[in-house]
Amino acid sequence: MRASAQVSAYLKDDDLPVFWCSGCGNGIILNSIMRAFNAMQLPPNEIVVVTGIGCWGKADDYLLTNSLHGTHGRALAFATGVKAANPDLTVLALMGDGDCATIGGNHFLHAARRNIDVTAVVSNNFNYGMTGGQYSATTPADSYTSTSVYGNPEGEFDLCEVGVAARAGFVARSTVYHVTLLQNLLQKAISHEGFSMLEVHSSCPVYFGRYNQMNDPVQMMKWWESRAVPQKRYEQLSEDERAEKVPVGVLHEEPRPDFSSRYRKIQEVAQRRARDSK
Amino acid sequence: MNRIKVVNGNEAAALAVKMSSPDVIAAYPITPQSQLVEYLGQYVADDELDASMSEVESEHSAMSILQGASLAGGRTFTATSSQGLALMYEPYFRTPTLRLPVVMAIVNREMISPQTVWGGPQDSLTLRDAGWIQIYVESNQEIFDAIVQAFRIAEDEDILLPVNVCYDGFYLSHLTEPIELPPADDVAEFLPPYEPDHILLDPDDVMSVDPLTPGHLLMEYRRRHMEAQQRALQVIPQVDEEYAGLTGRSWGGLTYSYRMQDAEVALVTLGSMTGAARVAVDNLRDEGRKVGLLKIRVLRPFPATEVLCALQDKRAYAVIDRNVSFGWGSGILHTEVRAALSGKNIPSLNYIGGLGGEDLTVQMLQDAINELVQLDCEAVDAPCRWLHNPQRSGDR
Repeated sequence: MRASAQVSAYLKDDDLPVFWCSGCGNGIILNSIMRAFNAMQLPPNEIVVVTGIGCWGKADDYLLTNSLHGTHGRALAFATGVKAANPDLTVLALMGDGDCATIGGNHFLHAARRNIDVTAVVSNNFNYGMTGGQYSATTPADSYTSTSVYGNPEGEFDLCEVGVAARAGFVARSTVYHVTLLQNLLQKAISHEGFSMLEVHSSCPVYFGRYNQMNDPVQMMKWWESRAVPQKRYEQLSEDERAEKVPVGVLHEEPRPDFSSRYRKIQEVAQRRARDSK
Repeated sequence: MNRIKVVNGNEAAALAVKMSSPDVIAAYPITPQSQLVEYLGQYVADDELDASMSEVESEHSAMSILQGASLAGGRTFTATSSQGLALMYEPYFRTPTLRLPVVMAIVNREMISPQTVWGGPQDSLTLRDAGWIQIYVESNQEIFDAIVQAFRIAEDEDILLPVNVCYDGFYLSHLTEPIELPPADDVAEFLPPYEPDHILLDPDDVMSVDPLTPGHLLMEYRRRHMEAQQRALQVIPQVDEEYAGLTGRSWGGLTYSYRMQDAEVALVTLGSMTGAARVAVDNLRDEGRKVGLLKIRVLRPFPATEVLCALQDKRAYAVIDRNVSFGWGSGILHTEVRAALSGKNIPSLNYIGGLGGEDLTVQMLQDAINELVQLDCEAVDAPCRWLHNPQRSGDR
């Protein structure tokens, strides 16, 4: 299979076709990431992509960049180590909702708070696809999964709101339907100095869709189209109108010095004091 | 009336849990255990099982929730595999040291790295010294029976320790076999309600659980815990015998012997490989080889006396390990069996194979027996041998 010139520098095409189910949104996100790399002219050898576990955790199989396939929920912890040791690298952490919101939720909070210059790309398909469609921390209340056959008794996280509350400097959302927006947001997120997160609502027609009357990939795409509203317009909606809508675009942007530059400053101060005291 | 049902290993486990009526279940999905959690979720949703079921945010939380539930007097169950068990290590060690009779199925899966999701009991075997009772089973019927027995063993007032029922991922978890289900009333009678008084958060009798403890008292806890493990060597066979009275099925208690009486050499196995080993033994018996089979069913407490009795009159034995013991240059089961036979100078071979879900074929085991039969007595310290599937060795 031949890749387009836009992605050929980044795509390991000998493993194609991708392992994901037909109708899955992950291929769209992966393609957008590669197109963003290309648009930013990032050399593949200077990028490290860290993944977790789950369907989206397989993304590194198709990349020619450096990659580190992690353990469940820990992608941001590994990514923090990579960036701390070599701040010159461009580091992305690819996580699903299981990785980022559920088993690895604590790492998400602290990576945002610490403001490490890593870009988290969260493919949120509202369930654990890899293990057969169980509910996660982003599965909407009352919706159906293989472990909530009569409706989810638990409430869900709005991951972007969690990111803002945890002091992430850049928080954005797209869906796999809004592909141009997705690529633009990826470029902004990667360019942001400090912790950035992009949540992508992604299709899982095989599990989440099938359990919730959307087993056709086209139905899922229409769902994203109908739900997504640009942030500015969302703010003008009434409470009732907002119920079925999800804001997309840049939701929060607040520049503050990232971990590595602050760390360097403290190092310099400490070294100066040590010199002065001699 | 007994019922026959055709189920995979995960459903066999779930059916046993349903009949054992736990009060609280908490679990996190992980391949190859996930179906088990789904079955239990379905039973609870359909009101076939009156339990509180939480699908929590991690295995660490699952075991911690069960500690709370067990301390509040509930019967508890969870299940996990591999990385989930590794994440659970902190509360895993604490559950037996608090003497909480939790039952946990471990659907055995290799540990990473390299990345893998396939079978192998490295996960639970590595944790063998953390204080739990560990039972390894060979078939879906034994999964069912061992889980029912596990609640009884765990809650025995002479034991009060958590129990793992360990079964091979995919080879059992996803393999479909017929199993016989006893009537629910019989199981209810076999398993009286759990009524703890040794450790309990009780409004009528306030208890401060696990305050900071000085070393001399900690040593006393450890001594009593070890004694409870040793008492389980008596209790487990008794429970198996009583269960046999109920169902007509005994699994041999601590170990299971097959064609061992007049055997000159023996294979020692653990888990689902036992089925293939039985066929290998039968085939070579047909050729006149005097070979037998010893299955280690309970790894903790280790049945040293039974192993000694079974193997001390053999000319040689071979232990098949689907795991490794880094630093011993052998598999874990081999080091355990050799320790039990430390006073005897019996030559042994150790085979490692079937890691990462690879098959352990009848042919491989027959080859092992043939090597064993020809074993020179000088070869006591022979290094372990690796069982490779010739059809797979060509890959990378």
